Amino acid sequence: MKADPQNVLTGAHYLDGNYAIAEGAIAAGCKFFAGYPITPSTEIAERVSRRFPLIGGIFVQMEDELASMAAILGASWGGKKSMSCTSGPGFSLMMENFGLGIMLETPCVLVNVQRGGPSTGLPTLPGQADMMQARWGSHGDYEVIALAPDSPQEGFELTIHAFNLSEKYRMPVLLMTDECVGHMTEKVIIPPPEEIELIERRYTDKKPGEAWPYQENELISPMLPVGEGYKFHITGLTHDYRGYPVINAEAQAENVDRLMAKVKENVDDLTWLEEKDVEDAEVVVVSYGISSRVVQPAIAKAREEGIKVGQIKMVTVWPFPEKRIRELAGKVKALIMVEMNYGQVYLEMDRCAAGRCETYICGHAGGTVHDPGSVYSTIKDAVK
Amino acid sequence: MAFWRTPLDIDKLKIPKGELHIIKERCKGCGFCVEYCPKGVLQLSDEFNSKGYHPPEVVKPEECVNCDLCEVLCPDFAIYCVRIEEEEEEVDN
Amino acid sequence: MSVETTKQVSDEHPMEHLLRMDRIPHIWCSTCGLGTTVRALAEALEQLEIDHDKVAVVSGIGCTGRVAGYLKLDSFHTTHGRAVPFAMGLHIARPDMKVIVFSGDGDLVSIGGNHFIHTARRNIDITVICVNNFIYAMTGGQVAPTTPIRARSKTTPYGNYETPFNIPLLAASSGAVYVARWTALHVRRMAMSFAEAISKRGFSLVEVIAPCSTLYARLNKLGTGLSLMKFYHDNSEIRHGADLNDIAIDYQSKIVVGKFLDVEKPTYLDALNHHNAGIFGDKYKPYGGGNGSD
Repeated sequence: MKADPQNVLTGAHYLDGNYAIAEGAIAAGCKFFAGYPITPSTEIAERVSRRFPLIGGIFVQMEDELASMAAILGASWGGKKSMSCTSGPGFSLMMENFGLGIMLETPCVLVNVQRGGPSTGLPTLPGQADMMQARWGSHGDYEVIALAPDSPQEGFELTIHAFNLSEKYRMPVLLMTDECVGHMTEKVIIPPPEEIELIERRYTDKKPGEAWPYQENELISPMLPVGEGYKFHITGLTHDYRGYPVINAEAQAENVDRLMAKVKENVDDLTWLEEKDVEDAEVVVVSYGISSRVVQPAIAKAREEGIKVGQIKMVTVWPFPEKRIRELAGKVKALIMVEMNYGQVYLEMDRCAAGRCETYICGHAGGTVHDPGSVYSTIKDAVK
Repeated sequence: MAFWRTPLDIDKLKIPKGELHIIKERCKGCGFCVEYCPKGVLQLSDEFNSKGYHPPEVVKPEECVNCDLCEVLCPDFAIYCVRIEEEEEEVDN
Repeated sequence: MSVETTKQVSDEHPMEHLLRMDRIPHIWCSTCGLGTTVRALAEALEQLEIDHDKVAVVSGIGCTGRVAGYLKLDSFHTTHGRAVPFAMGLHIARPDMKVIVFSGDGDLVSIGGNHFIHTARRNIDITVICVNNFIYAMTGGQVAPTTPIRARSKTTPYGNYETPFNIPLLAASSGAVYVARWTALHVRRMAMSFAEAISKRGFSLVEVIAPCSTLYARLNKLGTGLSLMKFYHDNSEIRHGADLNDIAIDYQSKIVVGKFLDVEKPTYLDALNHHNAGIFGDKYKPYGGGNGSD
């Protein structure tokens, strides 16, 4: 279905990434936002709180991030598209109920505007060091979907995409941006509502008494609406198709396998890569988010010098584009990961390369984007 | 039932009667029903259910006044009371 | 005139339609007070004659956290301490529904303490039933923020020396509009309080003092849950409207029960709608929820 015109500020705007994300959420039909102020993400909450009253949305500034995440899950089960935003320290707190969201299979969107860590770290400066936390931050085995916008325009578009994926796969989706994108102001084109395609929630067509929260033999079950007599039960405990707790190894395997299969069996649908000059490349620079823009002058300089450098921008970071990286590893001399950390997503790339090509990490502790010179040096090292 | 004074409308009052139903398998033998039955209708039996608890048994069925206290106190939904309706037969003329 | 006796034969416990019978018997120990409390909620729902389709129960973690799994309502078993914010989100999304949080003392006022006071402060229109058994029972009997001074637990083997929370005082001072306390023995009054709390617009709290035989009673050599019920019988004092500062619970001493507070205050959504209508005038459409479509 198409976006509701009352939610969409069609036109050309000059927005920072955080405002663009807020507009993306509103355009996607988000009607419940629970959040807690934290630099550098707060502008998302501010924009939403300003925009919501006249479009029927509810913004609640919660007592903490634990509550924020719990509240958006409750609201999602209540039928609202819901979201929250945060940064590192709040992201740590949200991991608890992010896990509940995975377990209950609850659509919602969580934005992490990354800053430098660990702990309070660098509240006002960028980082990309929460990427592994995004992947494994809550306890237990599960798969996640994480998107990384490189600009305010992508912030707008990927937020809509995140809502769509969360409804399609019935799970929380992460938008992993950073302080730099969040606070960078650029032109953002918001298309007319009829050009914004939204995936709506799938509710069961079965009658009360016949439907369960997780239908047997269905990978992604339609949801059950509250208040309609289904009288369903859902739990964060390991459960069967009825949503009833079952505490044994067989039920655990069945439950966890299915949660993971939702993503694993749909990696091709989820993978979104933007490739440039990869076909003839001997070195490919892989990056995501703001880093994928910072690498461009270095790549251009290297190509001017005749070095065959290609670029891959990962729009979807998780699930990791394993298939494509394995393919490339058999063709290129080296893969270079450029990220604002000491090599988190790099580890996945290195694993997938499996020794078939050289892998390099061009990383640092965060606080600033890369100096293109460091990327250029890494490219030079790689072709030596 | 003994009254400390005789109510003026005693002839119009009827003491209800109840019949107890015990779901023995659900019982966990807590004894709440036995302890708090105001008429001493129940006692814990000697028999065991499959969980090894002694469910209550009705020892004075005629005393039950259908107050439901056993039913509302029972933590295991294992006992309930049904009112016995005493219907006056229509007399054909 | 002859009297004929007719029996209304029934094979079903009268509350079965409100229970998930496919999950009964429940996991709670013999002489635990939780089942009685659940029965009282079922009784309250019957008394209220409301559409049970429009009632949701949210629980956290712990023995009481399992309540959601036994009530045949839309029911949510969430994370430790977060039942209240989950319920808040659900309530705001569906203000037409009655949302009841049914959880334990540790869940609500220890790990969930911050959510409890803030949700009361906002006067979110939900009902919180807090079953207080003075101990962390699911994990094997550790000290709780409600354990009376001197009482033993597995982590206060020489007796507790921390001052416990007075939950009704905490709720009232945080902004709740309805506050009551009963013991598991006060079944009928408890059910009446549940019904009042559910009908009440705003944040309502009912604390239920309930016996934990396996841990609290055993570790303190107090007998069984039945012994605790007898203790409640002999030591409870009904004092409606009591000064909340006077109702703290000491070890094996008097338990003041009753309805302590019942006042009117605008709920969170009342305040929001009133405020926004004042700011935006006719442009503002009062928020009333709906089935996710508005």
